[in-house]
Amino acid sequence: MAILIDKTSKVLVTGLTGRIGSFHAQEMRDYGTNVVGGVTPGKGGTTHNGLPVFNTVKGAVAETGADLVIAFVPPPFAADSIMEAADAGIKTCVCIADGIPTQDMIRVKRYMRRYKEEKRMRLIGPNCAGIITPGQAFAGLMPPAIYLPGRVGIVGRSGTLGYEAASQMKTLGIGVSSSIGIGGDPINGSSFRDILELFENDPDTDAVVMVGEIGGPQEAEAAEYIRDHMSKPVAAYVAGLSAPKGRRMGHAGAIVSAFGESAQEKVEILSEAGVTIVPTPSAFGETVEKMLA
Amino acid sequence: MDIHEYQAKELLKKFGVNVPRGGIAYSPEQAVYRAQELSGEKCVVKAQIHSGARGKAGGVRICSTDDEIADAAAWMLGRKLVTHQTGPQGKLVGRLYIEEATDIAQEIYLGFVMDRKEERVVVVASAQGGMEIEDISADEPDSIIRSVVDPAVGMQAFQAREIAFQLGLDAALIPQAVKQITGCYKAMDELDAAMLEINPLVVTGAGEIVALDAKLSFDDNALFRHPDISELRDKSQEDSRETYAEDRGLSYIGLEGEIGCIVNGAGLAMATLDMIKMSGGEPANFLDVGGGASPERVLMSFKAVLNDPNVEAILVNIFAGINRCDWIAEGVVRAVQELKLTMPLVVRLSGTNVEEGRKLLNESGLNITTAETLAEAADKVVAAWKKASTKNAEAI
Repeated sequence: MAILIDKTSKVLVTGLTGRIGSFHAQEMRDYGTNVVGGVTPGKGGTTHNGLPVFNTVKGAVAETGADLVIAFVPPPFAADSIMEAADAGIKTCVCIADGIPTQDMIRVKRYMRRYKEEKRMRLIGPNCAGIITPGQAFAGLMPPAIYLPGRVGIVGRSGTLGYEAASQMKTLGIGVSSSIGIGGDPINGSSFRDILELFENDPDTDAVVMVGEIGGPQEAEAAEYIRDHMSKPVAAYVAGLSAPKGRRMGHAGAIVSAFGESAQEKVEILSEAGVTIVPTPSAFGETVEKMLA
Repeated sequence: MDIHEYQAKELLKKFGVNVPRGGIAYSPEQAVYRAQELSGEKCVVKAQIHSGARGKAGGVRICSTDDEIADAAAWMLGRKLVTHQTGPQGKLVGRLYIEEATDIAQEIYLGFVMDRKEERVVVVASAQGGMEIEDISADEPDSIIRSVVDPAVGMQAFQAREIAFQLGLDAALIPQAVKQITGCYKAMDELDAAMLEINPLVVTGAGEIVALDAKLSFDDNALFRHPDISELRDKSQEDSRETYAEDRGLSYIGLEGEIGCIVNGAGLAMATLDMIKMSGGEPANFLDVGGGASPERVLMSFKAVLNDPNVEAILVNIFAGINRCDWIAEGVVRAVQELKLTMPLVVRLSGTNVEEGRKLLNESGLNITTAETLAEAADKVVAAWKKASTKNAEAI
């Protein structure tokens, strides 16, 4: 089934009645995603583009059996929306919002720990493009046509750079099992390591492409996991070779502030862990092709 | 967002943090007057710029007489101070902080950071105050004390006590130290700060603990709930190219090269800069035009890029997901016409409505080079820039 989402996932859209939520919910349905409804507080009981709208996530879960939430909620309210999903027993929540205060994310992560691990929601994002299992379903903003169904997993911080990887692969006839955007924020729900573990255990994935960038410890953590626990081959690109130290390159998390956080250092750490390095952002396709050969 | 030392101290005072008395001055005369108000034997004239290591650049001077104060103030005001944090262009001194001199018996480093590994606020302290934390970690790594704060309950007194004892402070000073450390944490928490650094926190000869310097920066994403802090922004401390773009909602970082970049998505933008470098060019900027970019937004991006006089060629790289290539192309065509662009321009479009977008560019009759892949685009823009650049050099 690839990972995190497939055609059986029951997807609930929070912020469904907003402009952005409406638009992307429709795209998701057109692709075949099983969208079961939406949540907009105060609009419960109505329908929106033929979908039932609920006041609360709990109410929606009770009626529809939803297990995946995609949150199109603006940044000031996004943390609250994530915690609501966690409390309603949702399995996976994808949060798109770019601009959630860091302290809100610290509280979200602390809050989620109150649930036992087996009942704890998996958060993807925030500040991400979403998740897709090509040919089945997606929850996010991506143009789904650029993904060919297949057996290579993609995990990355950046949306558009992930598209770049997927479309280069498609040109060479290489398909994707699932593509997961973990987002560009300094504190995020799932790390590279978390997603690599899912791909390692997924029978439908043979190899993984990782799209990293400057800032933070997650690429180094991933390198350690790959070295010690992964049997499947991994290729990685790290963006920001030309980024000056101490500057925030668009993503809130893309800033070199400590040792080991520059692109050069991350490339070195990953390469020492046995990862195949994608040398330029134009070489995703050919590097993966060579790695699979 | 960064603020000045005196603004940080003003904020910290409200949370019970001890700071020396002082006043702000915009002229040498005012500096002398402020010193008289403080009425001590000595005072310190401190240049207010958004950077540390001001002392080494001549931005902190201890003075005993009115003449010394006036001289120090006259030297600093209007000067651009260069530190390792400002970049070679330096930062302009527009205001001074005149502070009473402190009798220092001991210097401590105290910092509060958002730790990405812990995903919590971490307090960092060292008895090696006055040095920069990077140097302390390199030279005296064992002196560094770390304490992780649980966001559910905030910082507890015992944590501050543990830090104070580990710093080797005298037992009589512990209650004071606890008040200072927990006060700083409260400020960090309540003001949504991204980082707070007191370097040094000093013990005075009289046995008082005082924050001698203070550096506070804020989480831009949380400023919506702190309008009073947004007011503290000082645009004179920012790169004017970045201020222009930021005020128009564009994510822009000024760099040193000649090739201007307009890209969608932060990751792709970083990768585009990398690709330009690998092709032998130097990027002039990072610019993320964002999702759902209208033709107007593309035009605005061109204006932001062209604000930099060093720009000699432009690369537009769009992978449209929520964006639409035809909108981008429309914006590019308008920009070339309205801004009468003559420098080399390479456009690479991919994704949603790419055919319509390419058609618009090709049928415009304008001198726009198109490319299919990122590598091709980078090679073409670097080649075109080199050619134009030699032509310019020959013309001179």
